Amino acid sequence: MMCSYERKIGFALGGQIVSPVKVGLLTIILISVASLVGAGARNQEGTRTGPRPSRAEGLAAWQQIYSVMSHPRCINCHTADGYPQQTDDRHRHLFNVVRGPEGKGVAALQCATCHQSSNADSTGVPGVPDWHLAPLSMRWQDANDKVLPSSAVCRTVTDRTKNGGLDGAALVKHHQTELVKWAWQPGLRNDGTARSIPPISYEQFIAATRNWTQARMPCPQ
Amino acid sequence: MSTATTSHPPSVSRRTFLRVSSAAAGGLLVSLYLDWPTIAQQPATPKVYPPDAFVHVRPDGKIVVQVNRLEFGQGVQTALPMLLADEMDADWLQVIAELAPAGDVYRDPVYGIQMVGGSGSIAHSFEQYRQLGARTRAMLIAAAAAQWKVTPTQCRAESSVVYGPNGQSARYAELAEAAAHLPVPENIQLKKESDLRLTNKEVRRLDSGAKCNGSQKFGLDVDLPGMKVALVAHPPVFGAKVKGFDANAARAISGVQEVFEIPLVRGTGVAIVADRFWAAKQARDRLRAEWDTASVERPDTAQLFAKYRELARTPGNVAVSRANANAMDSISPANRILAEYEFPYLAHTPMEPLNTTVRFDGDRAEVWGGSQFQTVDRMAIAEVLGLKPEQVTFHTEMAGGGFGRRATPDSHVQREAATVAKRLRGIPVKLIWTREDDVQGGYYRPMHVHRVEVGIGGDGMPAAWRHVIVGQSILAGTPFAPMMVKNGVDSTAVEGTADTKYNIPNFHISAHHPAINVPVLWWRSVGHTHNAFVMETLIDELARRAKADPIAYRLKLLSPDAKKLRNCLALLQGKTASWRSLPRNHAVGIACHESFETGVACAVEVSIEDKRPRIHRATITVDPGFAVNPLTIASQMQGGVTFGITQVMSRGAITLKDGRVEQRNWDGYTPPYMKDAPVIAQVHIVPSSEKPSGCGEPPVPVISPAVVNALSRLTGKRYRTLPLTEI
Amino acid sequence: METFKLTVNGQVKEVTADPGTPLLWVLREDLKMTGTKYGCGIAACGACTVHLGGVPTRSCVVPVALVRNRPILTIEAMADDPVGRVVQDVWVSEDVVQCGYCQSGQIMSAVALLKSTPKPTDKDIEESMGGNLCRCGTYVRIRQAIKTSARQLG
Repeated sequence: MMCSYERKIGFALGGQIVSPVKVGLLTIILISVASLVGAGARNQEGTRTGPRPSRAEGLAAWQQIYSVMSHPRCINCHTADGYPQQTDDRHRHLFNVVRGPEGKGVAALQCATCHQSSNADSTGVPGVPDWHLAPLSMRWQDANDKVLPSSAVCRTVTDRTKNGGLDGAALVKHHQTELVKWAWQPGLRNDGTARSIPPISYEQFIAATRNWTQARMPCPQ
Repeated sequence: MSTATTSHPPSVSRRTFLRVSSAAAGGLLVSLYLDWPTIAQQPATPKVYPPDAFVHVRPDGKIVVQVNRLEFGQGVQTALPMLLADEMDADWLQVIAELAPAGDVYRDPVYGIQMVGGSGSIAHSFEQYRQLGARTRAMLIAAAAAQWKVTPTQCRAESSVVYGPNGQSARYAELAEAAAHLPVPENIQLKKESDLRLTNKEVRRLDSGAKCNGSQKFGLDVDLPGMKVALVAHPPVFGAKVKGFDANAARAISGVQEVFEIPLVRGTGVAIVADRFWAAKQARDRLRAEWDTASVERPDTAQLFAKYRELARTPGNVAVSRANANAMDSISPANRILAEYEFPYLAHTPMEPLNTTVRFDGDRAEVWGGSQFQTVDRMAIAEVLGLKPEQVTFHTEMAGGGFGRRATPDSHVQREAATVAKRLRGIPVKLIWTREDDVQGGYYRPMHVHRVEVGIGGDGMPAAWRHVIVGQSILAGTPFAPMMVKNGVDSTAVEGTADTKYNIPNFHISAHHPAINVPVLWWRSVGHTHNAFVMETLIDELARRAKADPIAYRLKLLSPDAKKLRNCLALLQGKTASWRSLPRNHAVGIACHESFETGVACAVEVSIEDKRPRIHRATITVDPGFAVNPLTIASQMQGGVTFGITQVMSRGAITLKDGRVEQRNWDGYTPPYMKDAPVIAQVHIVPSSEKPSGCGEPPVPVISPAVVNALSRLTGKRYRTLPLTEI
Repeated sequence: METFKLTVNGQVKEVTADPGTPLLWVLREDLKMTGTKYGCGIAACGACTVHLGGVPTRSCVVPVALVRNRPILTIEAMADDPVGRVVQDVWVSEDVVQCGYCQSGQIMSAVALLKSTPKPTDKDIEESMGGNLCRCGTYVRIRQAIKTSARQLG
């Protein structure tokens, strides 16, 4: 049998083993297809040019957004306590990493103590500029680390007393930050395998955010 | 040359030879040669003594002392020179301590091989270093007396200076050359306790400065011209052999020099030699090796525990059977406790990963490494290289911890290094075990199951004790087995139980030693790690049933001759008298245990924070006989209890599934960090003038039972399975 | 292989290495600065801690290519650092070390803590030092030595 010294470069996607390079290409292709498909209905920035989306369309868009927010790449830093989480099983971050006063760790154990401005694939540490935890007001989990239901997350995201005073346009901007984008380019784990990414593409996520904000950010009950 | 005999320890008859000579670089060299019946099988041919010194009084006034064993944190590099310098009346500020290379003269005076283990450094070399110091001093004084034409008794020495009766004075450095031509005095008088200036005082470590500014070189820091780095791809299951491998991707990494199959102590592996560590590591990650795992046993933790539990229901080989083994039968079931304990495999994971550097030059070899077993490792390397041990120069390097892991009877790391060096002939090669190799590579504290039945007498004290211990033998198959395995019982598996200091009338201990395909090894305090846990949690349970104070109960149960433990408990009682009023949800846990002839008692104040034990403070009392360096003893106690906490960490276990170790690094097998250790740890040493005993291991056994005894008081639960995954 | 210019303890050094090589190994093997230690390679133990652009950093997980122009300070420079000097002296006077292998990293973390938090509480110490492992168990003394250092620096 083959053994552990073989670095598992590449990961399973649709039952196939593909290399990260191929995944990158695949993503680009998917994005291109998505933009071609949507070409008629959107302007250059991907915003709908037609009538304002309905509440039902807005809610559907929210569900797409929620599918991203509840993904480990995002929710691991929207915790309800003093610690970030790691990996797809969302365990508490190892090595006693703590939130710290500004969500960036503490003096000698900062997020930046390991996380750099880009992914360190040779050592398996993810990174992007401004790596930090969301404030506790933006927690999307309960005290037992269970992901909050869609309605509760939506209320948090739309509550400007909790979300840092962001309106719809600002939320779209937040979703365009490098930190949020990172979820779709999360790099390799230290065993050489690729981290999982949210269930929809980044383009779909941004389009959904726009549709949802244009529908006046409806939240499910 | 002169001879002298020493009286300690009485069991070993030997002659001691001292020789003095001028050093090539000037000054006085005092060399000590020992001759004794050794434990290790050595040929009885006449010895040619190498010119290895213990003391070198240099012309510049520096006094270089060779330390005959590894320094790896325990403080012996300071303590042994202290003993020598004290008797020598040397200026402590001029003393330089060096780790002696492998050499016959540096063998442990009791074990007969050069090694560190069994907390024996001070216990075994206390007398040796004092005598060396006293004889050196006597020669320097004799040299001065001769110069001044007075008698030695008219002279005195202080801080590396000899003073004569008429105001004369001479520095040791000035006298060294003359002293080198004098005979070694036969009769010397060691100092009275009241005359000691260093010993029994708090003396700071000699190696702190270098360890705080990055200049201290450890084995892993060895750097030689042209040196290569080697990693080995080890089999995924212990003992498996390589069926085949594809090294194309590995060889494609820049800096990789060679990839080749090598024999291992267990199975075979693939060695990768590169210019740099990172190249070797990348190459190993890309190596595609196929292993024959079908023909080796593939142990599985869950299955092993099931098998061990089954075995524990039957009596094993008898370790001790006192009075009536069937006394239990006359005690009513209501007055019996039946307890089953489970302990996992534990890795040592010293901070400095294992490594050895070897250069093979055909007719000789040179080795650099931190080793607890220089004699054994040097012989193993010589064997691999087809040399005699004396053709192998073995430099003892400072080691970043060890805890038993650098004392492997099979020298498996050193053999790997020698095997690679043999192929690279002439090129020094540093073989490194990565942390992953270390965590997954075996040589663990063996897993154990204990099954204990305690019958309680009318007075609340244990009246009958039936105890079966199941676990691999550490010693089986090693050269130590003939001495330490008796009646099929490995003494290291039952230590702390079979020789308990508690006075239990009907007492029966037996052991099973199944052979399992997992290499096992002594882990700081060895069998005491699990035996003390069992004994001290059960005794605490009995004390609670009897509604007795845990210290008072123990004092009552201890046999009258358990002097050291009695001293420790009495001192602990006094030092924790103020602990009566604790914050809510805090509890005190007590444990005591004697190991390696040193008594230790411990009280901890514990609460539960974040579902884990929080140790707010620990008070530790210790009776190590005469305290050579109280500062070091305090460090060993504080550090030893923290090391012992490894046992109760939530990820404090090595487990196997289908033959493979499930943990890879410190993310899966996690020892204590600062927050897991006691916030405060106060140490109190029982004053004593008895011969010193060891301090490295004895603190380890007490802490885990003390912590769970406190937890039991908080939750009402009993904790008999380690690691403590849930509280 | 690529060539990188690194500023280590105030000196500019040039090294040629695979861009993915962790800074730790460049320091240890290319620059022969072995005060920074390898313990785990996965940022679990902190033995490899250096200051990178002033941030205490686990050099075992930072590829040399990501260092860019940030200055690197290692344990070898701490004797020339006003805080580092005090911390080292206190470490010695309080007999903190045992095997000493983790202490380079412990000191680098302690210095970073004291630079940003001159009067650290027990909680500050525990959190900041929380990722530095010591198998000898010198934690009690490290905690005390940080408090003493803070007093001496204050």
